Amino acid sequence: MGRFVVRRVAGMLVVMFAVSVLTFLIFNVIPNGDPADRMAGRNSTPVQIAAIEREWGFDKPIYTQYLTTMEKVFTGDLISYANQTSVVEEIKRGIPRTFALAIGAALIWLAMGTALGLYTAMRAGRFSDTLVTVLALIGISMPVFWLGALASYYLGFKLGVFPNGGYAEIGEAGLWEWVKHMILPWTVLATLFVGVYSRVLRSNILDTINDDYVRTARAKGLTERRVMVHHVLRNSLIPIVTLWGLDFGAVLGGGAILTETVFDLQGVGQYFAESIGQLDVPPVLAVTLFGAFFIVLLNTIVDIVYAALDPRIRLSR
Amino acid sequence: MTAPSSDLLLDVQDLKVSFATEEGVVQAVDEVSFQLHAGEVLAIVGESGSGKSVTAMTLMGLTRSPNARFAGTARLRRLDLVRARDDELRAVRGEEIAMVFQDPMTSLNPVQRIGRQIVEQIQAHRDVSGGEARDQVVGLLERVGIPRARERFGSYPHELSGGMRQRVMIAMALSCDPSVLIADEPTTALDVTIQAQILQVLKELRERTNAGIVLVTHDLGVVAEIADRIAVMYAGRIVEEGSTDEIFYNPQHPYTWGLLGSITRVDRPRPARLPSIPGLPPSLITPPQGCHFRPRCPHAHDACLPRPELLARLGGGESGHTDRCVMAPARKAQLRRAGERIGLVAGGATQ
Repeated sequence: MGRFVVRRVAGMLVVMFAVSVLTFLIFNVIPNGDPADRMAGRNSTPVQIAAIEREWGFDKPIYTQYLTTMEKVFTGDLISYANQTSVVEEIKRGIPRTFALAIGAALIWLAMGTALGLYTAMRAGRFSDTLVTVLALIGISMPVFWLGALASYYLGFKLGVFPNGGYAEIGEAGLWEWVKHMILPWTVLATLFVGVYSRVLRSNILDTINDDYVRTARAKGLTERRVMVHHVLRNSLIPIVTLWGLDFGAVLGGGAILTETVFDLQGVGQYFAESIGQLDVPPVLAVTLFGAFFIVLLNTIVDIVYAALDPRIRLSR
Repeated sequence: MTAPSSDLLLDVQDLKVSFATEEGVVQAVDEVSFQLHAGEVLAIVGESGSGKSVTAMTLMGLTRSPNARFAGTARLRRLDLVRARDDELRAVRGEEIAMVFQDPMTSLNPVQRIGRQIVEQIQAHRDVSGGEARDQVVGLLERVGIPRARERFGSYPHELSGGMRQRVMIAMALSCDPSVLIADEPTTALDVTIQAQILQVLKELRERTNAGIVLVTHDLGVVAEIADRIAVMYAGRIVEEGSTDEIFYNPQHPYTWGLLGSITRVDRPRPARLPSIPGLPPSLITPPQGCHFRPRCPHAHDACLPRPELLARLGGGESGHTDRCVMAPARKAQLRRAGERIGLVAGGATQ
């Protein structure tokens, strides 16, 4: 276990280094990406541009630029090229919003996905199974920006049941306001995943239910409920846990860009999207590292949990 | 049948099981009747697809499904296992009637400790504390010959060998002291030395608890080792039933002759080719008219066309030996003597 963690941490550093180098290089070769040019504005003279290049260090070799930027990431001094604000402060401001969205939605889609997966598996082949299957496929196919815009327009703007986007701090507006602001984003983000999870769980259950040990469980005289929960569902959920960990890591790391943007939550994902639009390298780099960190972290946690849930799996080295 | 009826554990009468499939209705079990008494080992033997496993599973209620149809009765004391409500069935299975399955590699839940899996069964039927159940399980594991049972309690199935897992399955089946134990090919998936050990465990169990055992197998060696009585199944029907000695030394049905002829014997000169019964078992969707063995039987004639009843053997022999062959006993005896002379009991083996 100790060696496993050490290896994973080392692996994480390698991944984050590679991700940062690639991101940095991509933004250096993108057309129109020259930051000095963009900072100087439309009617700038070459002298002004040269001054900016000197001031910001854009005249230095690319590896030097990379090293100074990375140093600033870790000291917290990183400044946005586009609006000269502190990148770390912006991310800090976005974290509670992104986490609120990610944690809430992930719990909803796990619970709903499990419930619907179990329900459809128990009624496999009947009308209710087909109905839920069709709904799940609709959920999977609906684009988040479209569903989000519809929900926001009708339930928020027109009916006024929910606030029309934005985020409310619990400390300032109270718990209820916060929940009211989060319900639509949670639901919209979870819809996509509920469809996927219920389909995966349904097929896992239908595979497991014919396993010999389930027959043994029945032969033991257990109640049907206990057979289903302790033997069928317990074993069918193991792959779902893996899936959930990975998806949760991505959303936690700012992956819910569309949802955050549609509901104007001002989270890390939305900040990322806006920074890309401005070809603003420092925030893009920082958020990429932020996201990579959570994805690798959740991957590691998934591996550990998986080994705990299935004793046949051993953590290798 | 000679035993007093108070010892009667299981009374199966005219059991029929059929399954609706896409190809048609499969009559897997066709009017099967047998009785099991306390302390008795009844072996149900037959080829794959003869309906022996379906018979065993049906006694446990494990063949119930929307596609299955049942007829007849299978009484465990007062309860008819065929028609019992789900909750009645649940109350007896694992408690009064327990089952050991064929494949110990897949029959245990891979992600639960074996001890827990047995405790779960005890607690489904008995109101005992976790600690008490745990002590009982350790005792059971010791009883079926698992060394260091206390440590093994916490093992996962994949940490044990096949033989050990089958012992765990047997310990599980014994956990509530069932009066009937059904063992469906309990040794088939194991290698020969382990087979002998598992049979020993079953024998000890019978001595100790006086339970009745239904042993489903295609292995006549296993049968000779442990069974008191044998029911031979072919294509969904019992074609012959009698004591082990009667079936081995005085078989009446041509199918039984074929079955016995296909085992090598060390006390006879070895035939050039291992005899086998020509042809294949019939389809159970469209079985042959009359005797199901008729298409493969070298002695078949018009008298085999009506549906054969399970006949008590005419003339002498031990009571309770019955078979479904309509041939006159004198003729059967004559054919068997001729078969013995040429080293083959199955008349068709040279064809």
